Amino acid sequence: MPKVSSKLAAAVKCSDEFNAAACMHCGICTAVCPMGYEILPRKLFRYVQVGLEDKVKENIPNIYSCLLCGMCSENCPAEVNIPENVRFLRKYINENEFNLS
Amino acid sequence: MPLPTKDILGILADNLNQRKSVLPMSAAKTTRWAKGLDLPKGGKTILYTGHMYQLIPVIDAMAGQMSKLEDSPITKMMGLGRLGNKFINMTFFMGLLASKADQQDYDRMLRNIALLLKKANVEFGYLYGEELYSGALVYDEGIDGSFAKHAQRVCDLLKKHGVTKVITVDPHTTHTLRTAYPQFVKGFDIEVKSYLEVLAESDIEPTQQLSDALTLHDSCLYARQEGVVDQPRKLLGKAGVTMNEPELCGKNTHCCGGPLESLFPSESHRIAGNRIEQLKEAGDNITTMCPICLVGLRKAAKGSVKVNDISDTLAKVYGV
Repeated sequence: MPKVSSKLAAAVKCSDEFNAAACMHCGICTAVCPMGYEILPRKLFRYVQVGLEDKVKENIPNIYSCLLCGMCSENCPAEVNIPENVRFLRKYINENEFNLS
Repeated sequence: MPLPTKDILGILADNLNQRKSVLPMSAAKTTRWAKGLDLPKGGKTILYTGHMYQLIPVIDAMAGQMSKLEDSPITKMMGLGRLGNKFINMTFFMGLLASKADQQDYDRMLRNIALLLKKANVEFGYLYGEELYSGALVYDEGIDGSFAKHAQRVCDLLKKHGVTKVITVDPHTTHTLRTAYPQFVKGFDIEVKSYLEVLAESDIEPTQQLSDALTLHDSCLYARQEGVVDQPRKLLGKAGVTMNEPELCGKNTHCCGGPLESLFPSESHRIAGNRIEQLKEAGDNITTMCPICLVGLRKAAKGSVKVNDISDTLAKVYGV
């Protein structure tokens, strides 16, 4: 059963850096992503928005595989700053999983 | 087995914290390119290399070793490697593997840039051995505490020298200084411009026309984040160069894969392979404007097409 993490949800809520609220899940970002992974970035952000920290952790390699190239945000109709959201997730994992800051 | 993300990021952060660079290099190697150019030390306007061109031969040598480790059980030892690296700068030994020819190649590109700026009557100095790496990779990987401290260190250095304007040579340093620093350093007010922007605004005139057709690979950061798209085209266009644009160009450029080289080398090579195929469809004379794009695409091309840095082309047509 999926577990919702209040810690991740709170971190996302308080952050100026993570903002995917405008995302309408059209999937253009995933379609244009050079990596071609199904998870990047729309599905990943959905997990973050609903606080599914376990799912986010399962996808740590995908989070660090993002090129931060910005092809997704360039084509995002909702103008979500996707690379900055990925950087936020890396920061969260670095601090909470890798003990790095 | 993939390379261990936590340990590699740890080594990069430790190096930045302890040695002021993710891959520390001697001042002799980072400043060698400027020998004989008589650039003044410091000044209000400086050329800031951020060590990116100088680092490429080292990164390339290191990436070759890391690729061999991918899928090897030795990766489990990386934690010990991180511990050892705290006491001995292990990346120094990787630097010894860097090819001499590559070092000369990348030094020449920096010299081209300095000579082009001189030709355009831009007055600038250089910080020589005091110059620091920008922290770009640590910023990208979200190690924000280490990055913030380093950004402040660079800002203090620039302020100490009375610098008000910085001319950068690559997209990563440009983006880090111009877009990231103001978010991390309170009151960061130093003007940051890429040399391509500075040259495009100048009245530099070509000394020869080039009838070649070039295929320009736009850097993601330059095109999408920093608004550098028209400037290289203007500079090449003045010299009569025709552009064979790939389908994905300008703001819709496709990444070279370089950002993944340190953590996921095989994925990085896959993306570079995809991009070089797209570029080859447009032309066989490819020009880059980022040293990371250059090294990755050159390797992916395996000699099937020419891949050169734009500074070499500009040096040729503007007669420096």
